[in-house]
Amino acid sequence: MSDLDQFRQTVHAWLEENCPPSQRRPITRDEQVWAGKNKTFPSNDAKLWFERMRDKGWTVPEWPVELGGGGLDERQAKILKEEMKRLGCRTPLFDLGIWMLGPAVLEYGTEEQRQQHIPKIARGEVRWCQGYSEPGAGSDLASLQTRAEDKGDHFLVNGAKIWTTNADKADWIFCLVRTDPSAKKQEGISFLLINMDDPGVSTTPIELISGESEFCQTFFDNVKVPKSNLIGELNKGWSVAKSLLKHERKLMAEIGGDTPGPSFGPVQAALEYVGLDSSGKLADRGLREQLVSHEMAFRAIGLTHFRSFEERMNGVADNNVPLIMKYVGTEESKRKEEVLMAILGHRALGWNDTEFNDDELLTNRGWLFSKALSIAGGTSEVQMNIIAKRVLGLPE
Amino acid sequence: MTLVLNEEQRLLKDTAKDFLARVMPVAALRELRDQKDELGFNPNHWQQMVELGWASMVLPEAYDGLDFGYMGLGAVIEESGRTLAASPLFSTVVLGSTIIIEGGSEEQKSTFLPQIAAGTLSLALALEEKPHHQPSDFATTAVADGDDYIINGEKLFVLDGHSADYLIVATRLQTGTGLFIVDANTDGIERRRHHLIDSRNAATVRFNHVRVKASSLIGNAEQGQDILNTAMDYGRICLAAEMLGAASECFERTVAYLKERDQFGVKIGSFQALQHRAAKMFIELELSKSVVLDALSAIDEKRADLPQLASLAKARLNDVFELITNEAVQMHGGIGVTDELDIGFFLKRSRVATQILGNSHFHRDRYASLCGY
Repeated sequence: MSDLDQFRQTVHAWLEENCPPSQRRPITRDEQVWAGKNKTFPSNDAKLWFERMRDKGWTVPEWPVELGGGGLDERQAKILKEEMKRLGCRTPLFDLGIWMLGPAVLEYGTEEQRQQHIPKIARGEVRWCQGYSEPGAGSDLASLQTRAEDKGDHFLVNGAKIWTTNADKADWIFCLVRTDPSAKKQEGISFLLINMDDPGVSTTPIELISGESEFCQTFFDNVKVPKSNLIGELNKGWSVAKSLLKHERKLMAEIGGDTPGPSFGPVQAALEYVGLDSSGKLADRGLREQLVSHEMAFRAIGLTHFRSFEERMNGVADNNVPLIMKYVGTEESKRKEEVLMAILGHRALGWNDTEFNDDELLTNRGWLFSKALSIAGGTSEVQMNIIAKRVLGLPE
Repeated sequence: MTLVLNEEQRLLKDTAKDFLARVMPVAALRELRDQKDELGFNPNHWQQMVELGWASMVLPEAYDGLDFGYMGLGAVIEESGRTLAASPLFSTVVLGSTIIIEGGSEEQKSTFLPQIAAGTLSLALALEEKPHHQPSDFATTAVADGDDYIINGEKLFVLDGHSADYLIVATRLQTGTGLFIVDANTDGIERRRHHLIDSRNAATVRFNHVRVKASSLIGNAEQGQDILNTAMDYGRICLAAEMLGAASECFERTVAYLKERDQFGVKIGSFQALQHRAAKMFIELELSKSVVLDALSAIDEKRADLPQLASLAKARLNDVFELITNEAVQMHGGIGVTDELDIGFFLKRSRVATQILGNSHFHRDRYASLCGY
């Protein structure tokens, strides 16, 4: 038996023993455990499962052991993911620190910064949010105007950030700020960490078409930030941000964002809401064509994720493949939601109405939520620009 | 399952690319067309392909084959798509030899397979009877008569049908499907060659009371359809590989043109209206690569989801090849509709390849049915 097979067996046995049965059922939004100094647990089992995974370092399986991680390599981490999926184990901890900031601090942070932030993220003690976009800087992110003035021993920050996901619940925010207003666009930007408890920081939620309001606006009014909170070099924040955006895009491509949705997939829904005719085909041929087109594209995307992984493992990585995944993943997620809406017909249209069951109500919420997927983290149009210029080398 | 070529397969692909670019560029197909070549392919080129081991690559070692697998052959076929190389490889090896390997008797295998491996025997599958692909319920009949069978019917769109040494004809038996391997010069067989838009060839083959021995039946009436289905799936996947190569080549030529053509004082590739369409094509090709590789590996691993993968690959490549050839013509502008430019050859091949073994509607319908809806 190979080392990896051995590892798979060990992981499987550990999960079997340590993951409570209640934590192996599909997770709802209310049951997610989010990091934070005021963390709450939906149940005792959720707490137990989180603590066991934390102590094992498997909240962040690929991070160094000495910083609270699991010390696994990419193949081992994939095995852990696969085995968790096979047993239906829930993700024990949710946090932007895990998905985005942590990898950037590991790559660009000083030893002190790693020691200060990484173990807390691994243990779920701090909840992070992101401050990139501004009311006047969306797709054109580099035109951002939030200022951080050098005041000798600290930066003085003034400005506003928008689409700061869950900022009203976060302890810290990682921000892009302008530190040199005279420099050209990307060149005067720095990457700064700010404590949300600092005087002058305030946050208000934004209500969306889906009825959710997890996005916020965050304001900075003469906020004093220690210089040790600068990640990477002064005025070189753009490269940190780009590395981080890569993580965000990968995440969004893989899970289609943190999308709320019904418990059924499109095929299952079609069998229930449309049904088969005597020839064994979906009774509505137009819907059948829509559904199968989506299913086939979805499979092609899954295979491409797998190919990209295999190429990396075999040292023949095609670095262009990850660049297309944000676009295809989010566009196909949107299509899936449109197909689901079509399949459920008017049963998908209820809003806070007890005549409709939970899955029906969640269908239109998921559909509305999905509209943000191809906007957040770089719009589809920006992704196409990147492919055209960076991959195909087409001229400016 | 793996979606990465190993060292040997990569080497094979490089060798194929090199050989095809040198010996069989698109110009070779143009020459066959302009000279109204009798055969539709160049026997000298085919002999060189045989010497490179392409005819024997997927045949079992016991019959002089290399048993190298379809990941390898698929890589070669993909490269052959880049230069639109015309050869009997698809009809003889992918369709023909698969039927014999899957259903043939020991005698049939030892008679035909070594000759295929040596490149001395060509086969054609006589399948279609209507304007659209129909893989079963044939009107062509084979009726038992003593120790013989009598075949009657007409087969259309028989690829390489006019030049093949033997025909494998799909017929309706009293019950089930009968696949017969028949000498193409048997009394009662009439073959009419047709010239198609892609400058390759297909034939109408008429069977007028053709008497064949019972020993020419491959497998039996119960197995016939399964054997045929397997061969058709291999064919769909290999054709998808060819279409991937051709579409990639056509796309790369188009991107190169976008970088070189000046209008309004700038390169036309700087226009966002063209950039996003080019990006879209690139994305479709990347997804197609993954699908084709997985389908090829499904053949080698004899996976149960092979029929699904075959339909996934063929439907996708039909659509992508059509998209890319249309866009290639449009983006080349006026020169794109001239015969002088090779792009037209790709456009024409796309539409022929689409009709071989099922268009996209056929395969989406099949995929949905295989998935239970």
